[in-house]
Amino acid sequence: MTAPQVLVAMSGGVDSSVAAALAVEAGWDVTGVHLKLADTPGHLQVQGKGCCTLADADDARRVAGTLGVPFYVWDMAEEFQRAVVDDFAAEYAGGRTPNPCARCNEQVKVVGLLARARALGFDALVTGHYARVEGGRLYRGADAAKDQSYVLYMLGPAELEHLRLPLGGLSKPEVRATAARLGLRTAAKPESYDVCFVPDGDTAGWLERRFGPRPGQVVDTAGRVLGHHRGAYRYTVGQRRGLGIAAPTPRYVLRVEPAAGRVVVGERAELAITTIELEQATATDGRPLRPGRAKVRLRAHGTEVGCRVVPLDPVPPGGPAGPRGGIPARRPGGRVRLELDEPVDAVAPGQAGVLYDGDLVLGGGTVSTTSRGGDLLTR
Amino acid sequence: MPYLDYAASAPLRPEALAAMLPLLERPAANPSSQHGQGRAARAAVETAREQVAALIGAAPGDVVFTSGGTEADNLAVKGTVLTRPPEARHLVCSAVEHHAVLDAAAWAEADAGARTDLAPVDRLGRVDPDRLAALLDPGHTALVAVMAANNEVGTGQPVAAVAELAHTAGAVLLCDAVQAAGLPGVDMTADGIDLLALASHKLGGPTGVGALVVRPGTSLRPLVHGGGQERGLRSGTLPAAALAGFGAAAAAALADRHTGTTTTTLSTLRSHLLAGLRALAPDLEINGDPGPEPGGAFNPDGSGDPGLVGRVAPDLDADGRRLPLTPAAGLPGLLSVRFPGRRAEDLLLLLDRHGVACSAGSACASGAVTPSHVLVAMGRDPVAARETVRFSLGHASTRADVDAAVTAVGQALEVLAPADGSLDRRGSAAVGRGEGSEEGRRTAPGRPGPGSPDPHRVAAARPGVGG
Repeated sequence: MTAPQVLVAMSGGVDSSVAAALAVEAGWDVTGVHLKLADTPGHLQVQGKGCCTLADADDARRVAGTLGVPFYVWDMAEEFQRAVVDDFAAEYAGGRTPNPCARCNEQVKVVGLLARARALGFDALVTGHYARVEGGRLYRGADAAKDQSYVLYMLGPAELEHLRLPLGGLSKPEVRATAARLGLRTAAKPESYDVCFVPDGDTAGWLERRFGPRPGQVVDTAGRVLGHHRGAYRYTVGQRRGLGIAAPTPRYVLRVEPAAGRVVVGERAELAITTIELEQATATDGRPLRPGRAKVRLRAHGTEVGCRVVPLDPVPPGGPAGPRGGIPARRPGGRVRLELDEPVDAVAPGQAGVLYDGDLVLGGGTVSTTSRGGDLLTR
Repeated sequence: MPYLDYAASAPLRPEALAAMLPLLERPAANPSSQHGQGRAARAAVETAREQVAALIGAAPGDVVFTSGGTEADNLAVKGTVLTRPPEARHLVCSAVEHHAVLDAAAWAEADAGARTDLAPVDRLGRVDPDRLAALLDPGHTALVAVMAANNEVGTGQPVAAVAELAHTAGAVLLCDAVQAAGLPGVDMTADGIDLLALASHKLGGPTGVGALVVRPGTSLRPLVHGGGQERGLRSGTLPAAALAGFGAAAAAALADRHTGTTTTTLSTLRSHLLAGLRALAPDLEINGDPGPEPGGAFNPDGSGDPGLVGRVAPDLDADGRRLPLTPAAGLPGLLSVRFPGRRAEDLLLLLDRHGVACSAGSACASGAVTPSHVLVAMGRDPVAARETVRFSLGHASTRADVDAAVTAVGQALEVLAPADGSLDRRGSAAVGRGEGSEEGRRTAPGRPGPGSPDPHRVAAARPGVGG
């Protein structure tokens, strides 16, 4: 029996290094690929900050050499810029809070790369995500602290069939130990947490450099002007700092209205919402999301809350998920309403809402609106 | 393993290895040392100097050894700029020069008060001397850089005509002959070249050495200071063994030129390659004009000069004089082709799996393939640039290499066969927007997955690239 031919996405970090090593140990026919996602000139790069630095490409290449597998660098900077960076900016400009990692997985790293791997004749794509694929379904990774199933919710059966996640059953310490055992140079490499294309972590500054100042008013829910701001894109729902207003009790951003240039603030209690609507909602089994109970997670490492799932759209013609191979900009998906068992604070449109049944990822979508007791809070 | 990437680096010639081994085995000596071992090392260096000079029609004393072609280009551009007063630091470079020239010029602009104009090229990548002349600023232009033949598409340049223009304007001519050095017609004297850059490893010598050939009387400031070697123009202990290899490779290249290997043999092999590729992909497009071929079938883009087709660039004219470099003399072993609808990166990966080595557009530091400035300067769109593969043949290439490459390309093209109408013309197989198609859904049930691998699947798969 011929070994399956797999393409391993190698970022140069410890996780994907170990994923590649485990693929080799499994006896698969492994080819490594590093995605060059940014055009940052070498002398402006800071090692360990962001991804796709020259040092990361070198680390990935050296690991591939240690493992004895062919290795390539693919320039996907254009795709990344269009699908992730520009989208990130546009989402903020539209008053939403995007999840660039989910977007990157959807458009570039997983779905996009998998399509390309399949076009080249590979049987499967291997990545270093902490999540499990079993029986064609997506589950949380065994290490709850590292679980990355949240950013993979958009995968459907067509992708899951050809995705291998060797780290799904491991903890981070086990992954580092494996790297050390195999003598991989990335064994002790630090984690990267930031949005990779905002290496200094200053998202507001990054957005301001891109859009320039767009001054506007900070108002309360009654419309009274409390202060002024330099750009509504600098604010996200739940934000407390940088409002530039004096108030007897802390004020939080309740919603952002970019068209009016307004940032609406209020008391902490007003952040709580009880109903969420998701758009572009897809299910990992490829069928329409069904009415029923689930737990929803609204941040990568946030808590989960029970909810009732209420699909709002009839099934679109031609199936629920749309063409997977082509990956349109915004894949057609349904709208669903989530009625939460208990109020949740600070949910921003643009965030991903991911539905779980135990460890099983049912699917998810992008938060479009939130409301409390029937009052629409954000749109 | 079929190696068709000579333009990147040529395999070491046996003559070069033979010349190097005794010097590597012997006790190390500094060619500047005044003892017997030092003199022996020095003798090897001076023999190499004579061999290199002979290849390009220069005197041995004109040869300044460097660490390679890149250093030679840097020394030429920066070293010339620094001899000029600030108001006379104007540079004119062809738009298709190697980055060693273009980036050195960019340094001179940023850090030495120079200004640079790029001379445009036509669709075949050739400089138009009239358009270049319009950029010259007599009395202020310090240096004009036009390469002998382009490393990416093989097009030869009208070096002699440009040299004349440069001299009229009071500028020196830099000719990067890193690719073309082994060809007939590359001649310092006949072409009026003031500065000529060479790299050993492109000729079949070792990497790490090259030369800048400096016509006597040309002012130049050194960039590397120290022991004063190479007439003070390039300090540093001379690597005797590597230079011996460089010299031997230059001598072998000169012998090949006389036997016709460099033109007749290589262009014949290239004809076979082109014919094989055309049979597989009738829609392929040729980039540039790497020169004529014996069979006459090679007519780039259908637009080459018909008068040149079928003529082999001669080394000598009827009176036995060296002919100056003519526009016809491109690189006979180079073939740059676009396979429409197939990403070069993807083709290279599949060819590599068959052990076939060739190149895509220029590679950047991270190793990714980025659209070539040469193809863009020729008016090719970025998609065409990303779909371009460069095959390059050289001293040890065989018909078997060419046949193996054609077979591997056939298999790769089969895997990558675009589904009708579903091709993403941006060359983006990964993230097409709204261009998905049913053909893109290759993960439909029924296709063997990793659980049931099918050894024939790689060749048999006809995936739609989708978006």
